[in-house]
Amino acid sequence: MSSQSVLYDVPGPRAKRRNVLLTVVFVVALAALIWWVLQSLADKNQLEWVKWRPFFTDSRAWYTYLLPGLKNTLIAASLAMAIALPLGAVAGIARLSDHWWVRGSAGLVVEFFRAIPVLILMLFANAAYSEFTDISPDSRPLYAVVTGLVLYNASVLAEIVRAGILSLPRGQSDAAKAIGMRKSQVMRHVLLPQSVTAMLPAIVSQLVVIVKDTALGGALLGFSELLASVRPMSANYGANTIASFTVVAVVFVVLNFALTSFASWLEGRLRRGKRTTGAVVGADAVDELATPGEHVSRDDLGGGGRTSASSE
Amino acid sequence: MFDFLEGYDLLAAFWVTVQLTLYSAIGSLVWGTVLAAMRVSPVPLMRGFGTAYVNIVRNIPLTVVIVFTSLGLFQTLGVTLGAKDFTTINFRLAVLGLTAYTSSFVCEALRSGINTVPVGQTEAARAIGLNFPQVLRLIVLPQAFRSVVGPLASVLIALTKNTTVAAAIGVAEAAALMRVMIENEAQLILISVIFAFGFICLTLPTGLFLGWVSKKVSVRR
Amino acid sequence: MKLHKVTVAAAASLVLSLTAVGCGSDDSDNTSSSSGDEKITIGIKFDQPGVGLKTPDGKYTGFDVDVATYVAKELGHDPGDIEWKEAKSADRETLLQRGDVDFIAASYSITPEREKKVDFAGPYLLAHQDVLIRADDDTIKKPEDLNNKKLCSVTGSTSAQNVKDKIAPKAQLQEYGGYSECLTGLENKVIDALTTDDSILAGYAAQPEFKGKFKLGGFKLSNENYGIGVQKGSDLKDQINTALQKMVKDGSWDAAVEKNFGPANYKNEPAPKIGVVVN
Repeated sequence: MSSQSVLYDVPGPRAKRRNVLLTVVFVVALAALIWWVLQSLADKNQLEWVKWRPFFTDSRAWYTYLLPGLKNTLIAASLAMAIALPLGAVAGIARLSDHWWVRGSAGLVVEFFRAIPVLILMLFANAAYSEFTDISPDSRPLYAVVTGLVLYNASVLAEIVRAGILSLPRGQSDAAKAIGMRKSQVMRHVLLPQSVTAMLPAIVSQLVVIVKDTALGGALLGFSELLASVRPMSANYGANTIASFTVVAVVFVVLNFALTSFASWLEGRLRRGKRTTGAVVGADAVDELATPGEHVSRDDLGGGGRTSASSE
Repeated sequence: MFDFLEGYDLLAAFWVTVQLTLYSAIGSLVWGTVLAAMRVSPVPLMRGFGTAYVNIVRNIPLTVVIVFTSLGLFQTLGVTLGAKDFTTINFRLAVLGLTAYTSSFVCEALRSGINTVPVGQTEAARAIGLNFPQVLRLIVLPQAFRSVVGPLASVLIALTKNTTVAAAIGVAEAAALMRVMIENEAQLILISVIFAFGFICLTLPTGLFLGWVSKKVSVRR
Repeated sequence: MKLHKVTVAAAASLVLSLTAVGCGSDDSDNTSSSSGDEKITIGIKFDQPGVGLKTPDGKYTGFDVDVATYVAKELGHDPGDIEWKEAKSADRETLLQRGDVDFIAASYSITPEREKKVDFAGPYLLAHQDVLIRADDDTIKKPEDLNNKKLCSVTGSTSAQNVKDKIAPKAQLQEYGGYSECLTGLENKVIDALTTDDSILAGYAAQPEFKGKFKLGGFKLSNENYGIGVQKGSDLKDQINTALQKMVKDGSWDAAVEKNFGPANYKNEPAPKIGVVVN
């Protein structure tokens, strides 16, 4: 984040005054906005205690609706993560293969699943499971949701993995080859371990996407996840939709915040005491690296069995 | 085999999808840029607001954001965005919701783009006496935009697919039509394939074109 | 460079997911498909007060639930052996065709299109499409008054479209994912009328939070013959019909109506004759 200190000079007395003024204006505007929102909510009786009470005084609202929903969300999300991560890694490495048919087919699959809305993938999986397998109807929505999430997110993760590996300095793989490592060894011992730290931020934001996208299963597949719990809940408590949705949104934010916090703690541990190249794949920098062009031509992982001793 | 399509206006539904995508893309580009500027601005409170906004909005499912625009903004706060009938109101609300959500991703993409601009550039800009807005407008953002065309393209593709959520407040876009068709016709797989194909038609060319653009405009360093 | 820490990370996430699976594995055991089993799976609505509702106690209430419980008992299943499953409107035919449920009692109107895909026992209730309006709203007295009013229903439902096409062409239509959003709008005076079956509307109007706030229009815009859906060609149909007849005869039907719709001052139709669909 070097840019922050670089983009502007250290504020002098005038700039400090101006900043204070801007801050005051901003606070006033924000406070006015919040006051207007609260006032309107109160006008429309949306702040009535009756509408919010269930979440604070009635533990049954949590035990019957929210917590089972949260459980299903967590199950689906963690299953999808556990399957999509290795699958995405494999697909990402396959896209860097030096066999054109492996590269090409992996690329085709990845592009295909990235182009289709996850909801349609889930619907499709649900229909296919009921048609061709005898998975019990109770767990079929879960299977369908996880399948849809895995297909989509594994292909996004594949791009992240590819970008992460490509972000490493070329000298790393050259050096590894120079000491006589095989291709698989280069990948396993040199490239993957280093790129994992670089990829973590991007991977984490994709994991957040997985958690949020479980909510898609509730609408059409009848998967009773957290967001779907709003419907029976608001039907019971007098259509307190605004309160219900707010509570669910807060739970999602807390959940995802916990996920990102855990990941940054993990990232810190991985980085500590370990020499990395310092490369970081930003959450969105993936596609930049992934667009075919100079970066792909930089890819000499697949330079056959050639051990280039010439590089420094 | 396709005779069940009779009576459904697929093109009109996808046209709504395209319109939603287009307006939301423009909106989130603008608001996302403002957010990114806030996040790197000298005023600590604005930085705080930008960070809080991005971290909260990104962590909420889009469905909730969209439903809030209708229940919160329209119903409770009386925001109609200058429209009178429900169709227009809902469309504009959906654009607003999609913009609010997508701009947090645009902001993050831009911020990573700003980080790629070499320190020397901004130092030089400040040395010749440019102030913060000028540094951003004249030096940093033009370069940052060029380096993030690729990431912005994937945000745009995600946005195209996310417009399906607008059905939650009654916007008659592609996914809404799909639900009606699934309910009325016993052709689940075929209908899914048709709509998947429709989305591929929208997203793949976008991705390819913007990939080409991103190579064209990328800053060689 | 070692993979050590990466492995730790991977193991951590795996453990996380495994524990999650461990918690979840208990609810995927039984696959009851025919009535011969001990268990019986019945599809109902979870979010329609008065008709089919999952209450905070984790129990189920409503007219559909009472009818289904009675029928199940007649078929030889104790209330404890019933497994309730949510049957959303769009899912109902699919649930039956796949055999995910044994039968469905979920405000399921008998229509010719649906009869092509599933069989119906009953009907067990004659409901009508109606509107729910604010109690202090005197401007809507007859269906034509809905012109220029703001009408609300749920996505994909045909009832609101019917009103707009046939009765009040100038009405504005708002569609939401669920009735609750419509009710919030009705409360906020952004919506003027919520339209769907009167049985469902009565259930909402009878909720303690809404006592005295809303009233039914009493328009009888259509006839909805609620039937119990079974798989095409299933022999359950006749057994259920017998059970329904018995339910009406021994007074349980009236008791169920009184219990679920009574508080809403809902004037229900007399018990329909089995096999007679009122158009």
